[in-house]
Amino acid sequence: MQNGCAGAIASCAAAAVERWNPILKEKKRKKKRVIPGFGLSLGIVTAMLGLIVVIPLCTLVIFSAQLSFPEFISTVTRPRVLSSYAVSFRTAFVAAVIDAVMGTILAWVLVRYEFPGKEIMNGIIELPFALPTAVAGISLTHLTTTNGWVGSIFYRLFGIQIAYTTIGITVALVFIGIPFVVRSVQPVLESLDPQFEEAANILGANGRQTLWHVILPEIFPSLIAGFTTSFARGLGEYGSVVFIAGNTPYKTEIAPLMIMSELQEYDYASATSIALVMLLAAFAILFINAVVQSRASRIVSGIA
Amino acid sequence: MEQPNNKTEAANENYLELRGINKAFQDCHASQDVSFGVKKGQLVALLGPSGSGKTTILRIIAGLETADSGEILINGKEVSDVPASKRGVGFVFQNYALFRYKTVYDNIAFGLKVNKWKTKDIRERVNELISLIGLEGLEKRYPNQLSGGQRQRVAFARALAPNPELLLLDEPFAAIDAKVRQELRAWLREMINKVGVTSIFVTHDQDEAIEVADEIIITNAGRIEQIGSPMGIYRSPDTAFVAEFMGHPTRIDNIGSFCGFGQLGPEYHAVIRPENVSISKEGETLRYEISTEEGIVERVLFRGREMDLWVRIHGILVQGMRKIEEEPVQEGEKVRVFIYRAYVFGEDQKVQIIGNSLINTEETVII
Amino acid sequence: MNTKKNSGPVKWLLIGICAVFLTVMLILPLIYVLVTAFREGVGAFWEAVSDEYAVKAILLTIEVTVLTVIFNTIFGVFAAWLITRFEFRGKKIISTLIDLPLTVSPIIAGLIYVLTFGRQSALYPYLKEAGIQIIFAVPGIVLATIFVTFPFVSREIIPVLTAKGTDEEEAAALMGAGGFRIFREITFPHIKWSLLYGIVLCSARAMGEFGAVSVLSGHLRGKTNTMPLYIELLYQGYDFTGAFAVSAILVLMAVIILVLRSILERRGKQETQDA
Repeated sequence: MQNGCAGAIASCAAAAVERWNPILKEKKRKKKRVIPGFGLSLGIVTAMLGLIVVIPLCTLVIFSAQLSFPEFISTVTRPRVLSSYAVSFRTAFVAAVIDAVMGTILAWVLVRYEFPGKEIMNGIIELPFALPTAVAGISLTHLTTTNGWVGSIFYRLFGIQIAYTTIGITVALVFIGIPFVVRSVQPVLESLDPQFEEAANILGANGRQTLWHVILPEIFPSLIAGFTTSFARGLGEYGSVVFIAGNTPYKTEIAPLMIMSELQEYDYASATSIALVMLLAAFAILFINAVVQSRASRIVSGIA
Repeated sequence: MEQPNNKTEAANENYLELRGINKAFQDCHASQDVSFGVKKGQLVALLGPSGSGKTTILRIIAGLETADSGEILINGKEVSDVPASKRGVGFVFQNYALFRYKTVYDNIAFGLKVNKWKTKDIRERVNELISLIGLEGLEKRYPNQLSGGQRQRVAFARALAPNPELLLLDEPFAAIDAKVRQELRAWLREMINKVGVTSIFVTHDQDEAIEVADEIIITNAGRIEQIGSPMGIYRSPDTAFVAEFMGHPTRIDNIGSFCGFGQLGPEYHAVIRPENVSISKEGETLRYEISTEEGIVERVLFRGREMDLWVRIHGILVQGMRKIEEEPVQEGEKVRVFIYRAYVFGEDQKVQIIGNSLINTEETVII
Repeated sequence: MNTKKNSGPVKWLLIGICAVFLTVMLILPLIYVLVTAFREGVGAFWEAVSDEYAVKAILLTIEVTVLTVIFNTIFGVFAAWLITRFEFRGKKIISTLIDLPLTVSPIIAGLIYVLTFGRQSALYPYLKEAGIQIIFAVPGIVLATIFVTFPFVSREIIPVLTAKGTDEEEAAALMGAGGFRIFREITFPHIKWSLLYGIVLCSARAMGEFGAVSVLSGHLRGKTNTMPLYIELLYQGYDFTGAFAVSAILVLMAVIILVLRSILERRGKQETQDA
């Protein structure tokens, strides 16, 4: 059974390579490419892709195919697993919404206004890309505990606990996701001709109308792209969350953590089942994004 | 004029010969059964509207694209399987494709370095070319420090550097200001004559083709419509497409309804050009008065040497002209229009030149 | 102009919101790390980071980062060349596969390597026979890090090459230049800044990857602990000063990377404007 799986992977990869070659050859005349390096590049790229991405992902699919369906269902519907999905989805969604709002405001401020410190603000946006997530995790945790610099304020004023609650998880995910939205919206705002807005103003639109009818529709596709990326990223995020979450079962346990703890018990079947659901969710989110993007581009090109 | 069917005979004298070239991109036929020959030393224009497949033909000759079927012969040798770099072809790209991170000198020298010329020979050849194109003193400049016209000259010199037998130019004037373009046309014509290299250039501008080329090949929708000298093509277009493409044509559906063309049935359409139309004011004496149409002048445009007029006859706007010595015509004025001749075609799109029936029948030419 | 003047108060309100948000969310964590790292004096900081295991973690992190960057740079350049210079069937599949790792959770990234090379894998007996250990060892850490940062270099180069077009390469190839020469003399000058930027991004993520590495590391002190894992270890042992001291090094690296990033971005923008 299991030997067959390695063979299947090998023949699958070989078949993928084979499939491209004959197509190129079967044309009446072999297509000459003027720029050199096609064969070499294709070879290196497919080999590296195969080794790093295709074979491991195939293994996941093959391995999960060996799971029995009832077993799979019973694993992913365990109450603790279900609640971890719920926690992950809820926090990632809320964080992505906050990122979308704040990210748009940030992009707007960075594109439209001149003010001292703008360069620094622009540079620091990408800190979450540069700072290891574990470092961000422990630092945010300490800041937001009930006696931390920020957490104590919230606790005293509003009685809100941040660290070790779903609020804490959301904070960590906001941190992780903010650059995705800013970097997605910013270039679109930059390329948006101010004449658009001026035209709207001349036509008598006030600030709010301009915002809703002129600017938002323009940045909407990029906003959705940024939102879905930060949502998908938030669903899978682990490093920054484990520290701040407190990891209380049924309350602050996220799905990646469930996978991790199954792995630590060497229960690969359960880990794979949980992972499969997460993977499908991530793909579904990206698929929705792709649909939105293609519809939006059709509208834009239809008008233009 | 070449007869594409006459293959064996033509092959002996043609430096370049294309036979039955076909090329399709996905579902679009970029070239369909393209055949023609080019004699050594000739300067040929591939003329057609954008999307007519002219650039594809050029790229196939260069080896930048591979034809799906057909033969290409350079100097009598089939080159379909010869890589682009070994065909001895110089190529000037539409946007010149100058190496942006190389100086003028290094751009021109690149092809020579690649072909392992000796440093001394490279220097000699590059300097010779730089003085040929008149850019002495600019050797150290980068392409973005040059004007459009200068870039074109560099691209030309770079393509010529390795002494190609065949020079291909893709829309060589498209990226240049209208003013400089005129000057560069004459320059290019002169350079190519001086160097004596067989050349083909692609253009969508008929004036450019007529002025620069020895021979014009007209393409449309991937096919060749007509091959001939500039004058031959202008004077006697073979097909409706060519007639409608050259000059400043007005298309007239149902030419039979016009005076002097009554012998033609309603299935015949025609193209007329301003120079085939005479426009006279009411009351001016006319030789063929009976055969004139009445029309209203809609627009008058002063062009310097003449006045261009647009006159509406039977609901069709016909372009004509009047000399400036003649009495001026006002917009809205009623005028008499006489059509000398028309390029008439029926269902088969083959053009006949038909003169106004009131003029001597001798003047009617039928091809 | 007009709109900007009218929105004076709105402008400062929005800038204020952004400033507060960024300070609390991004700057404060940075400052907190540094403050905590040096709270017990420079001596305590130095002791923590010069600890035998800390040094080993730093060295392992450097090793993993260097290997990852080399692999992904080679891949990124070839992938960008393949995707932007040629038309071929399967191109869409390849570019989708290249970007795929971005959407996969780091934990799942770790999991797939465990499944591929771990005990229940069909490859396991052969690997064992050959004495190769991948999981819970350095090779596994490197593989997982490569996976997580896989598209980082190619994603930076591909847009630049797409925008540039293929004319220059075609012209050079027509003159008979070989592939390596074309790349070095014609293509490379166009992409040098974006390539460097991709490398910087790739090293940043490689250095800090936690989830995927956490799955594949055996958490062996001094053997398979990278800096982020070592930080976790110290943190869970309530050695906060130690954890934040090692974190301070990574914070410093992050700041350097951000500065480099803005320099590279400005350089790249200048060149495209000049050209």
